[in-house]
Amino acid sequence: MKDRPHVRDFDWTLLAIAFTIAGLGVLEIYSSTHASAMTGMQWKQMMWMAAGVAGMFLISRIDYHTLLDQAPALYIFGIATLLIVLAIGHSRFGAKRWVTLGGGVNLQVSELMKLIIIIVLARFFSEVRTDRLTLADLVKAGVLTLVPVGLILVQPDLGTAMVLVPVAVVGAFLAGIEWKHWAAGAVLVALLIPVGWNMRHHLKPYQQQRIRTFLHPEENPRGAGYQILQSEIAVGSGGFWGKGFAKGSQNQLGFVPVRYSDFILAALAEEQGFIGVCVVLLLYLGLILRLVDNAQKAKDRAGVFVVMGVTAILGFHVLVNASMVIGYMPVTGIPLPLMSYGGSATAFVFLALGLVMNVRMRRFVN
Amino acid sequence: MARWTANDLKIPQGRLVLVSYLSVGLVILLLVGFWKLQVVQSGHFEDLAERNRVRSIPIIAPRGAMLDRDGRILVDSFPSFSILLLREDPKAIEKQLPQIAEGLGIGKDDLRQQLEAAKNEPKFQPVVIKPAASLADIAFVESHRADLPALELMMVQRRRYPHGSMLASAIGYVGEVSATQLEESDGHYRPGDIVGQAGLEKQYNETLEGTDGMRRVVVNSVGKVMRTLDNLEAIPGKPIQLTIDYDLQAIAENDMADKEGAVVAMDARTGEVLAMLSRPTFDPNDFAVRIPVDQWQALDSDPATPLLNRAIQAQLAPGSVFKIVMATAMLESKAIPETMTAFCPGYATFYGRTFKCHVFGKTAGHGVVDFHQAIVQSCDIYFYNVGKLLGIDRISYYANALGLGHRTGIDLPSEEQGLVPSEEWVQRVFHRKWYAGETISVSVGQGAVTTTPIQLARMIAGVAGAGTFAQPHLLKGLANLRPYHFAISDDTVEKVTQGMYGVVNEGGTAAGARLQNIEFCGKSGSAQVIGYDVRNRLGKQKEFRDNAWFVGYAPRRNPEIVVAVLVQSGEHGGAIAGPIARDIVKAYYDKKNARSQQQADASPGAQPGAARAVVATVGARQP
Repeated sequence: MKDRPHVRDFDWTLLAIAFTIAGLGVLEIYSSTHASAMTGMQWKQMMWMAAGVAGMFLISRIDYHTLLDQAPALYIFGIATLLIVLAIGHSRFGAKRWVTLGGGVNLQVSELMKLIIIIVLARFFSEVRTDRLTLADLVKAGVLTLVPVGLILVQPDLGTAMVLVPVAVVGAFLAGIEWKHWAAGAVLVALLIPVGWNMRHHLKPYQQQRIRTFLHPEENPRGAGYQILQSEIAVGSGGFWGKGFAKGSQNQLGFVPVRYSDFILAALAEEQGFIGVCVVLLLYLGLILRLVDNAQKAKDRAGVFVVMGVTAILGFHVLVNASMVIGYMPVTGIPLPLMSYGGSATAFVFLALGLVMNVRMRRFVN
Repeated sequence: MARWTANDLKIPQGRLVLVSYLSVGLVILLLVGFWKLQVVQSGHFEDLAERNRVRSIPIIAPRGAMLDRDGRILVDSFPSFSILLLREDPKAIEKQLPQIAEGLGIGKDDLRQQLEAAKNEPKFQPVVIKPAASLADIAFVESHRADLPALELMMVQRRRYPHGSMLASAIGYVGEVSATQLEESDGHYRPGDIVGQAGLEKQYNETLEGTDGMRRVVVNSVGKVMRTLDNLEAIPGKPIQLTIDYDLQAIAENDMADKEGAVVAMDARTGEVLAMLSRPTFDPNDFAVRIPVDQWQALDSDPATPLLNRAIQAQLAPGSVFKIVMATAMLESKAIPETMTAFCPGYATFYGRTFKCHVFGKTAGHGVVDFHQAIVQSCDIYFYNVGKLLGIDRISYYANALGLGHRTGIDLPSEEQGLVPSEEWVQRVFHRKWYAGETISVSVGQGAVTTTPIQLARMIAGVAGAGTFAQPHLLKGLANLRPYHFAISDDTVEKVTQGMYGVVNEGGTAAGARLQNIEFCGKSGSAQVIGYDVRNRLGKQKEFRDNAWFVGYAPRRNPEIVVAVLVQSGEHGGAIAGPIARDIVKAYYDKKNARSQQQADASPGAQPGAARAVVATVGARQP
């Protein structure tokens, strides 16, 4: 009897990989904070994981087709929330990203928008009834994506805003973007980079600073280039075998910036060495490949777009975060999913995995 | 069922596979990035991590003290605190600046200026905002640890000169190591190190400076010390004992008051310098902390040259003191019969030019003078004749032989050598022939001949000491002292010293310097700074008044002490410089007599208690 979706059809391999990564994250959060005023953060992180897992089960119960049916309403809800945050949300670290829920819990609403954009774009691309995207389709998808991107950008949160874009790009690729549009897009981006470079003076000072810092990290060792340089020192000094658990001087003495969150990979690289990094990155690769496998086995194209939307966001997070830690990309504030400390982000990942389970457990239904 | 859920299109399997490949490719790229940092460059980053973590804090070694010959402290060091401002949080500093300025009694603008000056230094290098903190300042920093974390105390060792400018010219001063010294030290010094820059501080810097220690600590990212790794204690610099006698120095300082010039008192047998001063001088305490640039420039460019140690650096015409060289040359060379006399009407004509005696215009001249009276009365006419008969080369030979024209080799930096002219010298320097008339001027210590006070002291002591020239020095027990010998016949020594005895004791030019029960002898000099002709034209302005010299010693033969005194613009050597030398010699003998009296009192017969103590001590030393 394979008619009803059941929890036993969850992708347990995928979950095992996710929990392994999250477990390594909890250990590293402990290592980074146990000797500081922030000691005990790992418990909070586990609490958020538990909440996320509960959400995962919940979200998997609602048929993704039902969710996709509600895409327009969800989209409007998401946009409205972003506007409300801009109006009344409170600032933290200089950005309006948070709404306070009851009990002192702050929720970063842009995390919610990630889930919504996955559903909205999955719905949009599913509605294209050919295997070839027209220019009009592309423009529509672009507008759907860029409205929330713009709203998050003015929070300002460049990192999260950028995270929405790969959902559209991967979606368009899978939906059959034409090579000429692909090429045109590439040319457009190539043209926009120098324009954007010249427009950099219109960026917020902190963004200008980040770009400068990225290009010349050694310019001012105690100033702007400090974070990247300290991260590189942590990673490099870890060597092949690492300095040992809770023994990284860069990590333990606080030289690595936000070592329990955005730079947790640097802390891990210092203490666990290249070997540890290999393990973590291969786990992430396993996670991505397993997600793609789920897409391949989806029942319909809607399922493919849902799963690949999740894949696009997680993959982008890992790529950008790891690149930042080794100085290949500027500091953007994009956390490492499942490892970095952060309630909303951790909850998001499990909810997103819930969407994947949702698709997977329904592949044989009907 | 909604249109979009219709399952009429295939899953894009091919594109999904492409996404997989892309993911694998990107992960490999990331791993290559980590490999580069963690394997290829790991050594470099290990160094950087270590440099982050470990901070070396120097422990400054105190400089050694300087003691006088009796062990009294002339210079020492004491711990003091400097207040540092950590500049890692400029915004907070800007906000707290008024409070800091007020609390430490620094002007707000001053403080801003200091920060401005350090703007281009790395931010983690703190600025010293107050080099010599008072107890109140230290209390202020300690009590505001919590709300003014940018303030920090650093212990430093400061040089202290308890007697101010006394002996300053010989002691010299310390200062921050210069850029050149840093380079030449080949890593021995760090920027900001304090080193001897002049005088004895410079000469014996290696002995005095000691070895700085080092404390290595682990710091966290905000510079807080977490724990100490190791502690290498500083090795304090060694003290040095000088040959200076504080009592004699004090008398010299007191007598000179604010006269311009120099005094050197020396043990004629050993070369131990007992007193040395130069006027005007400076206060080395001004250099001990950090001398403000304008104050330094004022000292360095002062036309009165307070930084010059005139005792070894003033190269001036010796005037009539040079007649001792002439007298010795006359008797030793045997070129002139020692019975020679000359008639002094107050002037004489040589080579068509009139040369005056120093009594010209005051008396009708010395009349007929012989060798002895020529020295006692310092008759210029007699020595003009001696010079004419000897010729410049003989004069030059004996002047050099008696130690003029080259450095005495005293243990001080920057000694000058003076000048003894000769035919060869004019040829070499001016490319011309020697004029015979110049010899006449040189005969009375004028013209091109110049000497330093230390040279004259040594020369007079050497002649009176029958040709043994002790090596002047300031460090007690200095090794490898080789006195210089130049054989002078006993007859010459006897006749010349008789002359110098007469100068003081037979109504000579320094009759006012006479001492009871002491064979105080000497030779005065009044050296023109410029020629008589020029002076007559300009009138008797102070700038052109004669330099007064007196070099005195006692006893007459084989002297114990010799004192050279120079009073610039002092006019009459015997009258102005003589009493200063006399006071020092008197003090020397007073002290010597008091000491032998004490020893006599402490002899076993006089004090049985003391004798027992001595016996007990001797007994205790036996094995």
